[in-house]
Amino acid sequence: MENLEIIGSIIVLLGSVILLIASIGLLRMPDVYNRIQVGTKASTLGTILILAGIALVMPGWWTKLLILVVFILMTNPVSSHVIARAAYFIKIPLAKQTVVDKLNAKTSGKKPEKENSNN
Amino acid sequence: MVSIILSIAAAIILLSIAITAWRFIKGPSTVDRVIAFDVMTISSIALIALIAFLNNRVIYLDVAIVYGLLSFLSVIVVARYIEKGL
Repeated sequence: MENLEIIGSIIVLLGSVILLIASIGLLRMPDVYNRIQVGTKASTLGTILILAGIALVMPGWWTKLLILVVFILMTNPVSSHVIARAAYFIKIPLAKQTVVDKLNAKTSGKKPEKENSNN
Repeated sequence: MVSIILSIAAAIILLSIAITAWRFIKGPSTVDRVIAFDVMTISSIALIALIAFLNNRVIYLDVAIVYGLLSFLSVIVVARYIEKGL
């Protein structure tokens, strides 16, 4: 039982370090889209590691922690996708190092999606 | 032992929220601020869970669930507003 608590607290410490890496990446990335990517992925991983570590330390709390983990796994990619789509359609410029842009009509050869649909 | 390690983890999470707040203040566009807000709230969910362990109260996890729901709804609403208006 003591070993399980130590393992859980080390997992919590690892998750908090990953959250710190996410915030540093949010400062250093050159572009809105890179910031979206680093913020969402790293913060999801860090939060899930922290909640799993607390579930190892306190085994009686695992139901609510599981609800939180499933909730974060469901909502975080949706919010990042919606905000990236909004950032593209209000024409925030990409970084200079960008290689391919599949939504652009000139480089992909297709018509782009209409901006003002009727929904 | 365990509570000391978890207190250190809470301090690291507070530091990361402070670094993210710098991007929230500085960010050139609205989308940067929304992303910084999202990362801050996700980090705050982890911090609330740690505080629930340190105070030994399971009821604080309900606060974390409602907090995550409100942050998700606010990000969706702000993204829809800056894309095509309300």
